[in-house]
Amino acid sequence: MFEQSIWKTVFGRLTWESFPIHEPILLGTFIVVALLGAATLGAVTWFRLWGWLWREWLTSVDHKKIGIMYMILGIIMLLRGFADALMMRAQQAIAFGANQGYLPAHHYDQIFTAHGTIMIFFVAIPLIVGLVNYVMPLQIGARDVAFPFLNSLSFWLTVAGAILVMISLFVGEFSRAGWLNYVPVANLENSPDTGPDYYLWALQIAGVGTTLSAINMVTTIIKMRAPGMSMMKMPVFCWTALCSNVLAIAIFPVLTGAFALLMLDRYVHTNFFTNDLGGSPMMYWNLVWIWGHPEVYVLVLPVFGIFSEITSTFSGKRLFGYSSMVYATVVITILSYLVWLHHFFTMGSGASVNSFFGIATMVISIPTGAKIFNWLFTMYRGRIRFELPMMWVVAFMLTFVVGGMTGVLLAVPPADFVLHNSLFLVAHFHNVIIGGVVFGLFAGMTYWFPKAFGFKLDPFWGKVSFWGWVIGYWVAWTPIYVVGLMGTTRRVRHFDDPTLQPWFMVAAIGAVIILVGILAFVIQIAVSIKNRDKLRVTGDPWDGRTLEWAIPSPPPSYNFAFTPVVHDLDAWDDMKARGARAPAGGFKAIHMPRNTGAGVIMSAIALVLGFAMIWYMWWLAALSLAVLLIYSIAHTFNYDRDFFIPADDVAREEQARLAGGEA
Amino acid sequence: MSPTDAHAHGHGHGSSRGYLIGFGLSALLTAVPFWLVMTGALGSVQATALWVVGLAFVQIVVHTLFFLHVNTRAEGGWTLLALIFTVVIVAIVISGSLWIMYHLNANMMHMGSGGPPAGS
Amino acid sequence: MANAHPISEPSPASAFYVTEEEHHGSGGGTLLGFWIYLMSDALIFATLFATYGVVSTNYAGGPGPRQLFELPLVAVNTAMLLLSSITYGMAMIDMEAGRKRATQIWLAITALFGAAFIAIELYEFSNLIAEGATPQRSAFLSAFFTLVGTHGLHVTFGLIWIAVMLVQVAQRGLVPENRRRLVCLGMFWHLLDVVWIGVFTFVYLLGALR
Repeated sequence: MFEQSIWKTVFGRLTWESFPIHEPILLGTFIVVALLGAATLGAVTWFRLWGWLWREWLTSVDHKKIGIMYMILGIIMLLRGFADALMMRAQQAIAFGANQGYLPAHHYDQIFTAHGTIMIFFVAIPLIVGLVNYVMPLQIGARDVAFPFLNSLSFWLTVAGAILVMISLFVGEFSRAGWLNYVPVANLENSPDTGPDYYLWALQIAGVGTTLSAINMVTTIIKMRAPGMSMMKMPVFCWTALCSNVLAIAIFPVLTGAFALLMLDRYVHTNFFTNDLGGSPMMYWNLVWIWGHPEVYVLVLPVFGIFSEITSTFSGKRLFGYSSMVYATVVITILSYLVWLHHFFTMGSGASVNSFFGIATMVISIPTGAKIFNWLFTMYRGRIRFELPMMWVVAFMLTFVVGGMTGVLLAVPPADFVLHNSLFLVAHFHNVIIGGVVFGLFAGMTYWFPKAFGFKLDPFWGKVSFWGWVIGYWVAWTPIYVVGLMGTTRRVRHFDDPTLQPWFMVAAIGAVIILVGILAFVIQIAVSIKNRDKLRVTGDPWDGRTLEWAIPSPPPSYNFAFTPVVHDLDAWDDMKARGARAPAGGFKAIHMPRNTGAGVIMSAIALVLGFAMIWYMWWLAALSLAVLLIYSIAHTFNYDRDFFIPADDVAREEQARLAGGEA
Repeated sequence: MSPTDAHAHGHGHGSSRGYLIGFGLSALLTAVPFWLVMTGALGSVQATALWVVGLAFVQIVVHTLFFLHVNTRAEGGWTLLALIFTVVIVAIVISGSLWIMYHLNANMMHMGSGGPPAGS
Repeated sequence: MANAHPISEPSPASAFYVTEEEHHGSGGGTLLGFWIYLMSDALIFATLFATYGVVSTNYAGGPGPRQLFELPLVAVNTAMLLLSSITYGMAMIDMEAGRKRATQIWLAITALFGAAFIAIELYEFSNLIAEGATPQRSAFLSAFFTLVGTHGLHVTFGLIWIAVMLVQVAQRGLVPENRRRLVCLGMFWHLLDVVWIGVFTFVYLLGALR
């Protein structure tokens, strides 16, 4: 009895039963992850890389390194999220009639929740933020972002959130309430387990990171553009990054607020979203969708920017309709905030409300359509080079338009009453997220990889990956559109109607083809690293048009030895056309931010705080909160946050590069 | 650290006169609505509510101008632009939520839980 | 086609590169960045206001605003916050003039008013809870405590920040970093006033009218 209460005081509700040793699938996954983790840690120790890792990466405030780390996080989490997808496809392909499949219901529910949560919050967001982090400061001719320490903190908070989600695989349960953790399922009375708490703490911690990062990027774009770069001379990618981050600042506080209220419901038994004592579960839906719909545009706008840069570069032309592209982006930013109700047309708001939001949703397709035409007109009579990034652009245009049109279909409230929560909807949003965001990210990664590492990605494996994704996407999702149109609902673990089975078998085959695409991408990176000397490039491998191509690949830590002066849109193209050359001497000392471990340490404490709260270890929660506060305050007493790279060092680095054949 | 920092905040943070005017206006704009509600001077609840809300908006503008020093010049107009954007978003979040939830309640909650409290 | 630009003379490097850079101190974007953060914070409050608005009549048979709110107490509390605003303004003026001692005194006075505000709020909360009007009693009370409490939490954080600034100003004086921090703290403090205008109007005054 006494022993039990000691245990409870120390470990809260964490017991031996919290570890799923009786579930073979989870146990197997755990063993694999543990072995891989041990191997990685062992290798780092064996090669004595801890010091290097800490100095060069973990404590780095260099926007380029943080960008790369964001990409690595996103790709690792993509593998996890895709494993979930494969499991669902396998379950749905076999679970018909008497066959119950291989996943018990409570496990299946956690998988679809984790899949959505991971893919949006820990794959799409990190990959987008990573690309913006890496590319945007280079495109505006800056040496870092406005708040380098904050950038490091944002990244590590995102990692802390991702780690919490991963821990939930093996310690306790994850949420079963869908990727937005819907109430009333996620209410305390319906989910007394740790699931929703894992979800809430992981996303709150990562969400703070995302908000801070967005503030950082917006400030950087506004304050740190190179001289001469007026807003309307800014590359389109920077414009889309600006709008995307402005939108993120406008929506993430609402999500944070909604999650905080749900946390209060779960921890101190308030009645915001409960079914009794005046609570309003629908208010939760309302709030999370105020975040949810614009979030789609937070992800897709930068991707539109990527496509714009690539289309223009590989067509050898200035982007058609630059200003209309900018205005379309701004209009989408505002309009996307006025459509959220279309996610719950069927909940009874009535004709006037549904009409307003339905029409607003249809209107938003106009600026998006304008963009498609801009890309087409850019290609028109251009000298198109069909290299990998451009192939992704074409695949995107063909795929995304279909997704956009099924979206307009769903925007019609009467149609939505038929299709709401059907697999048609699921196919629609995978169509826009995969066909838009994922294809765009692959285009962007292929396009900017040589800038970041100094060598191109292997084109053969890139093409295998490309075709795997494109063919796989269509094979996997066309049948889902069909069964959805026939009325099959989402989040179903077992079907009674055997005539549906062939469709799900085909969908599973499609998922396997996508797997080929993903594996080919991993192989592509490995092969490219192996053959890096053959794939080596100069600063400007694609005949680029924007400032990031004006400096060596990979760029020096200070980016630009001399800050460029911008006279025209497509500044680097302008400089090349007018024979501008960077000065070869007269270097000055460069002012740079100092590395700091504060970001990674604060995030680690936040991780402990989250874990303690999830498991009701109150003493640990209080302790880590106090430590977090004290550490943060102590950090503000450090006034020595920057240093100068001496002019001689700059000169040496620049001359080494000139001698090394950098043109 | 560097001498240029000295004018990093060149856009001034008001004069004591500005603060005092702001404070005077703010005190007045606080006192009047409290007085209206506590005495019921206007008689009608609806009129009182309209006045109270109207005065609150005026007071928010006063604070924004005299205490937060938002103007068209600060940071090249970006602070003002950010504020206007935020005001629009705040208006959408609040009015949109109220509108939607009112309709949901009206259509779906026939037990009248949105009504006045029991016993009052 | 490949070159849409007018052919022009090759230009000197100085036309395309800044060769004589003056080094700007770090933190040129701090004020704007902090302002944007405040805007995001305002949106958290907007979320809480919206939630309060939606559930503000869901008393679930429990007490409503008429029985609960004591306007005289709220008026005193509002006065505390308003006074702390003008005293922070005075601190700003002394900071601009480089008067370290006076800045510290005005900051301390601001903190006293802020602490009084928090004390009164806690007194109000404890009274409500003693009457059985707890945050768990109804959605209306959940939303009330959360909205007002979140504002109070912000003021508390502001108090901690003032304390930290008092130490830092004492240690280093009104160096540019500290001035910048004090300006940010000022924006934070004044924004809490604006939020409070919303709270006393929409929660307390309109609540008392219901």
